Amino acid sequence: MPFNSANLLPILPEIAILITAAVVLVVDLYLKEKDKGVNHVLALIGLLVAFVLTGLVGGGERVLAFDGNVVRDLMSDLLKAGALIVSALTLVYARPWLKDRNLLAGEFYVLSLCAVLGMLVMISANTFLTLYLGLELLALSLYALVAFDRDSKLGSEAAMKYFVLGALGSGLLLYGISMIYGATGSIELGAVARAVAEQGSGNKVLVFGVAFLVIGIGFKFGAVPFHMWVPDIYEGAPTPVAMFLGSAPKIAAFAMIVRLLVEGLNALHTDWQGMLAILAVLSIGLGNVAAIAQSNIKRMFGYSTISHVGFIFLGLLAGSTQGYASAMFYTLTYALMAAGAFGILTILSREGFDAQNLEDLKGLNERDPWYAAMMALLMFSAAGVPPTVGFMGKLLVLEAVVRVDMVWLALVAVFFSIIGAFYYLRVVKFIYFDQPTTAVPIVTTGGVRAAMTVNGLAILFLGLFPAALLGLCQAAFP
Amino acid sequence: MGFEKFLFYCFAAIALASAGMVISRRNPVHAVLWMVVTFVSGAALWILLEAEFLGIVLILVYVGAVMVLFLFVVMMLDVDIATLRACFIRYLPLGAAVALLMLGEIVWIVGPANFGLTHFPSPPAAGLDVNNTHDLGMSLYTTYVYPVELAAVLLLVAIVAAIRLTMRRRTDTKTIDPAVQSRVKKGPDRIRIVKMASVGPLETPETLAEAKDEPR
Repeated sequence: MPFNSANLLPILPEIAILITAAVVLVVDLYLKEKDKGVNHVLALIGLLVAFVLTGLVGGGERVLAFDGNVVRDLMSDLLKAGALIVSALTLVYARPWLKDRNLLAGEFYVLSLCAVLGMLVMISANTFLTLYLGLELLALSLYALVAFDRDSKLGSEAAMKYFVLGALGSGLLLYGISMIYGATGSIELGAVARAVAEQGSGNKVLVFGVAFLVIGIGFKFGAVPFHMWVPDIYEGAPTPVAMFLGSAPKIAAFAMIVRLLVEGLNALHTDWQGMLAILAVLSIGLGNVAAIAQSNIKRMFGYSTISHVGFIFLGLLAGSTQGYASAMFYTLTYALMAAGAFGILTILSREGFDAQNLEDLKGLNERDPWYAAMMALLMFSAAGVPPTVGFMGKLLVLEAVVRVDMVWLALVAVFFSIIGAFYYLRVVKFIYFDQPTTAVPIVTTGGVRAAMTVNGLAILFLGLFPAALLGLCQAAFP
Repeated sequence: MGFEKFLFYCFAAIALASAGMVISRRNPVHAVLWMVVTFVSGAALWILLEAEFLGIVLILVYVGAVMVLFLFVVMMLDVDIATLRACFIRYLPLGAAVALLMLGEIVWIVGPANFGLTHFPSPPAAGLDVNNTHDLGMSLYTTYVYPVELAAVLLLVAIVAAIRLTMRRRTDTKTIDPAVQSRVKKGPDRIRIVKMASVGPLETPETLAEAKDEPR
């Protein structure tokens, strides 16, 4: 069978990212220590090119390529664009932090770009095999990034935990995949969906496989009770890496869950709905309650992530197109929010000092009013206070859940969100009503300030005018 | 019972027994060697399934390369097995209970009720003209070319990560850079002529001892 070069069109963004990673890998060899910033510029150009290519090849009918291994549809276009934007933001925030600590090595950019490549592959995967390879590409790059600061004991420990639990999660996921392959005889999601629709939940093997798939997804997302690694990794990883792994990969994980459960196993919806409901309630509950007790803000963000993952699951388990669209909206805006919140921490850090305790945010308003305002916006959004986008996201998810007559779930989510508002608002209180503990000025570059401004204002703007993004999300689930 | 079935049970029994030995040996080197036995019998099972290429690759790659490397690592690292095993007995009851539960579930699901010969009749044996390696290569480089390329990127990431995490520039090594060595100049780099006084007081052990005894 001759190769049709039209196959290459849908994966142009992936090709751009891979070429950029290879170029950075080679160029880095010839750079002097003081010119390492070139890697940064190259990586950003690569992300920009991939973004433009996503727009150029995007839109229109769903396309399958590489014998059904790759799919390009409206969902993949939107999620890819989101993942690329958020990754670019995190790279911009990361640069000063890395430079201050002599960590601005080319490998950081190579590994980050490979992680982005893994995300893009996951987002447009149409077989179990491609999906798994994308997932491992992402995970392997992240393990290395977590241990990037070789002299940090905490970082190595976090990387080890992440690696072991990640391998366990992958194993469970693969076991579930093998069961579903055994029952349906295919690894292509379209064929799996047809076979599952024929057999229904009468087939024990399928239900068994779904249980393992959901557990694997739970591990990768960090949903309770498979959340143990999240706070430790967020605390132990270098701040820019925690920022990176807490933001864009969530978008890819969302794509994974939609491809597996919604596209592949939609006929078993009643089975996975119950499992997701348990994970969602536990995540929202434990995440919000445990976050209150944290004094380390990176750990607090870890628990906050767990609670947000619960909300994403809520939208998905509704099982309606409205629910999927709202979960997608929530995921995209959450990634943006997480990048911004960690970004503030990298800005507050300086040579020889890492901002990671709640106290470090005290009196931010007196030190830099603009960053204080941005952080306040981000925290209000995380808590779900109108008019920020966090409120819109929660509202849309809850509406979708209520529409499918699961009012009790919505009530539980609202109850724990109110508890959760406490620790976000405590951060705002520290910023505005406490005296600064240090007089050291905050020094940032123009690029970081511009990125943070765009990030913070996007949170406000998307909250005030959510229609455009929401329309795109709804178009992805016809 | 046909001869093939007999072979299958032989190799399956060897595989299970040696896998048990892998996890129960005290000496890690023995455990690695038992693992080699497990792999070889696994390869034999694959060849019985007419997957000749995979069977041979399993022996070449895993037994030939990976396990030898493993053996090196085990011999070089001084792993204290006693501490690793300290909690083995303590956690054995819980672990065994979970393992038995899982085994029961798996047998219930994967057993003959769902995957028996009635559901999946054994395919007819392939003729001599079927080339296993050729077929595998054809499907790898046509249908599955995208996953193959991804696997290549995955290996690249593994290399980059391994080098980043382990390679350090050490300043205390005594290695010599040949490039610097060959640029040495005849004059000042190679010989240094030190001027010393040609005459002076004769120094013998006696005169030195006298000089020491003299009060200052």
